[in-house]
Amino acid sequence: MELKPNEKLDIEYILKDLDKYRPRRRGWTWRKGAGEKRKIGKFEYYETTENLKSSQPLPAAKYFDNIDPQPQPVITTEIASGRFEDDIRRMRMAAWHGADHIMVIRTAGQSHFDGLIEGTPQGVGGIPITRKQVRAQRKALDLIEDEVGRPINYHSYVSGVAGPEIAVMFAEEGVNGAHQDPQYNVLYRNINMVRSFVDAASAKKVMAWADMAQIDGAHNANATAREAWKVMPELMVQHAINSMFSVKVGMKKENICLSTVPPTAPPAPCMRLDLPYAVALRELFRDYKMRAQMNTKYMESSTREATVTHVLNLLISELTSADIQSTITPDEGRNVPWHIYNIEAVDTAKQALVGMDGLKEMVELKRNEGELKEKVRELKERAVLFMEEILEVGGYFKAVEEGFFVDSGYYPERNGDGIVRKIDGGIGAGTVVERDKDYMAPVTAVFGYNNVAQYDESAVDNPSKLIGGCTFEDPDKIVYIDELDENDNVYVRLEETKELRGTGLVKPEMEWAGDGIILLTMFLPAEERVAEFAAIEIGERLGLEDVEVIHREIMQEAEGTRIELKGRVPFTIDTNKLEIPPKPDIMSDDEIREEIEKNPMKIVAATVGEDEHSVGLREIIDIKHGGIEKYGIECHYLGTSVPVEKLVDAAIELNADAILASTIISHDDIHYKNMKKLHELCIEKGIRDKIILVAGGTQVSNELAIESGVDAGFGRGTNGAQVATFLVKKRREMKDES
Amino acid sequence: MKREDDFQERRKHLANLTEEELEQRFWELAEKIVDPLVDLAYKHTSPSIERSVLLRMGFSSLEAKAIVDGAVERGLLGKGAGHLVYRLSRDKNLSIREAGLKLANGEMWDYIVGVFKGGEK
Repeated sequence: MELKPNEKLDIEYILKDLDKYRPRRRGWTWRKGAGEKRKIGKFEYYETTENLKSSQPLPAAKYFDNIDPQPQPVITTEIASGRFEDDIRRMRMAAWHGADHIMVIRTAGQSHFDGLIEGTPQGVGGIPITRKQVRAQRKALDLIEDEVGRPINYHSYVSGVAGPEIAVMFAEEGVNGAHQDPQYNVLYRNINMVRSFVDAASAKKVMAWADMAQIDGAHNANATAREAWKVMPELMVQHAINSMFSVKVGMKKENICLSTVPPTAPPAPCMRLDLPYAVALRELFRDYKMRAQMNTKYMESSTREATVTHVLNLLISELTSADIQSTITPDEGRNVPWHIYNIEAVDTAKQALVGMDGLKEMVELKRNEGELKEKVRELKERAVLFMEEILEVGGYFKAVEEGFFVDSGYYPERNGDGIVRKIDGGIGAGTVVERDKDYMAPVTAVFGYNNVAQYDESAVDNPSKLIGGCTFEDPDKIVYIDELDENDNVYVRLEETKELRGTGLVKPEMEWAGDGIILLTMFLPAEERVAEFAAIEIGERLGLEDVEVIHREIMQEAEGTRIELKGRVPFTIDTNKLEIPPKPDIMSDDEIREEIEKNPMKIVAATVGEDEHSVGLREIIDIKHGGIEKYGIECHYLGTSVPVEKLVDAAIELNADAILASTIISHDDIHYKNMKKLHELCIEKGIRDKIILVAGGTQVSNELAIESGVDAGFGRGTNGAQVATFLVKKRREMKDES
Repeated sequence: MKREDDFQERRKHLANLTEEELEQRFWELAEKIVDPLVDLAYKHTSPSIERSVLLRMGFSSLEAKAIVDGAVERGLLGKGAGHLVYRLSRDKNLSIREAGLKLANGEMWDYIVGVFKGGEK
């Protein structure tokens, strides 16, 4: 099957024959064509990769031949609304905007689930990662990557107490990347530290076999520590522990990605604080890859504020390096990310990186002098001291027991508020056992002691030979479970939203099909708390359900508050019953310009009758508003309240091609009366067959204007391009007739 | 533990290192920290690791869980859960699937216990 740009992704097709689906590849894919200059549109780029076959360019691309340059880093979007079937559509939208790393967040609590979850149960703040959901999403991404013309990396988490099993399932299902860091389990999920490290080695070995990219978990210290900028020395230690552990288990350095976040955000002077850290990290870990994440620690409910912080984070990526540029949705500070904000975040990364293309040709860091030099050195030394003390107290486990990690002090300062875990505590304590001398595992990608020789000396390097190959060699051996819960699965959910597929019925949506959620932005001239409750009342009177204020921002304590309100629309729109007028006919700017250059055009314009409203007409004419002057049309603006007679006389005198008459006042149909008068006067003066008459105004309808004798009427929302297109086409038409 | 920032005092032995030497020291320390962890992982196993072996041998997550639970109950996890299945298959001339399903269903454990606790190491 092939996706068509104007057709929706068919979820029923995705779910069909999933038991027979096989992933088309394993392993991670970087973007192609980096490191070469590339001509795109009118520009030469220094830091782009191959263009996409199909994509959705940035809004301003229309001024630049609709180009959509793709920056060098792989761009990540994190998607997981709790319903994988809805997430699939979001993945397609994100891929069109430039994401090629789709990270799926797991449902709350999965890290404590001792085993694999099966089927398609609904999740909270993520999806339960099951074989079926992974398979369905990978299958959908196969179609999507063919459509956009670039491989898409699919990613989730190999953490929690079932890490090795999840790693095996991911390897079997063609998952391309995963988070894996035993320190994350220990510190943030309170999983027993012995179990975490023992499991991690096995999981990493499997990931290495599958050539998956690994992302570590160090950035969580940023999000957890009280003052995020003080954990910088520790972050480097955490990165080092996971990286070195991974290498020792057999993972290639180029598959090991450090999850790094600029720790600070404005109003702190974040660039000066974050940059030395970024430089120090990239120097120490020059053999590894950087997954640059955006700051979440200091996110509030303002999407604007978050976006600015994230752009500063992107500046750090540009000035240092990023192999994977992760994105955080700007609404993460107020709700589980919505479709539109995933797209915004991807666009923010693409826009900023493309805008900064080649910046380093002109701008350079003062690495070897002054503050940057000193800070980089200091950070490295502090990290070294941290590790020295870990060894002094007796190693990693002892250090965790003594609360070394996520302490809010700037190491070696200690504030005594670090996370403390005990070696015999946490989930899964006491479950690890020593391998006996005759321990044996007859499969591929086993880490650790494995006495295969007791059965077959020749199978030592290939243990699965003992069983005629395992699932890694023979995927037909994989046992696929479809559903285990007859009430909590995708089919039940799809049945509930059936009427919204292929019927022409439509409902607004932020997370899930049919959720009905809309967002309203308003300013209320009232103090914060009053504004909040007034806004809720407004939402309720508008007929919304589950009304909730998700953002409030004081403009001035007494003068008023900006409120953003969400609520559910309780109805469905039947698009079959909508009367949708045809799209306005617009020629391209270049086409209009070319025509005017060949055949210059002259117009006279005024607001007619007793009408002083000139704003609309100026919008249509003025070059600075994108009006028709910009195409080279010679405009003679006669002013406001101009008598129709004067307008016609001026047109004759100047030998104009057209008259543009604007009328806002519509009392007693005066606007249509004036149009009629204009038309009749032109007949009287003998110019009607040579001149184009155009009327405009907020209350003008094209039909009634034509009935009144002019050639066209333009109402609310008209722009210069529409008027210019009409003028050019009408003139051609008149020429053809004469 | 609470401690003032004594960086200036502590760094004295690092002060004269070149940038390269400092970085080298960083990685040597990292290696010293993880070596015992790698060794620990090399010599041990866990229920999740054993279930992951059984998945690769062609069992579902539910079957793998049943087999591993059986092995833990009988103190046989240190032999390797996949090993138990392999051994039953070999000794009783069953396919790997058939042998594993017997164990998952709670059958033939007496035989397995006999093999592995009968001193055969």
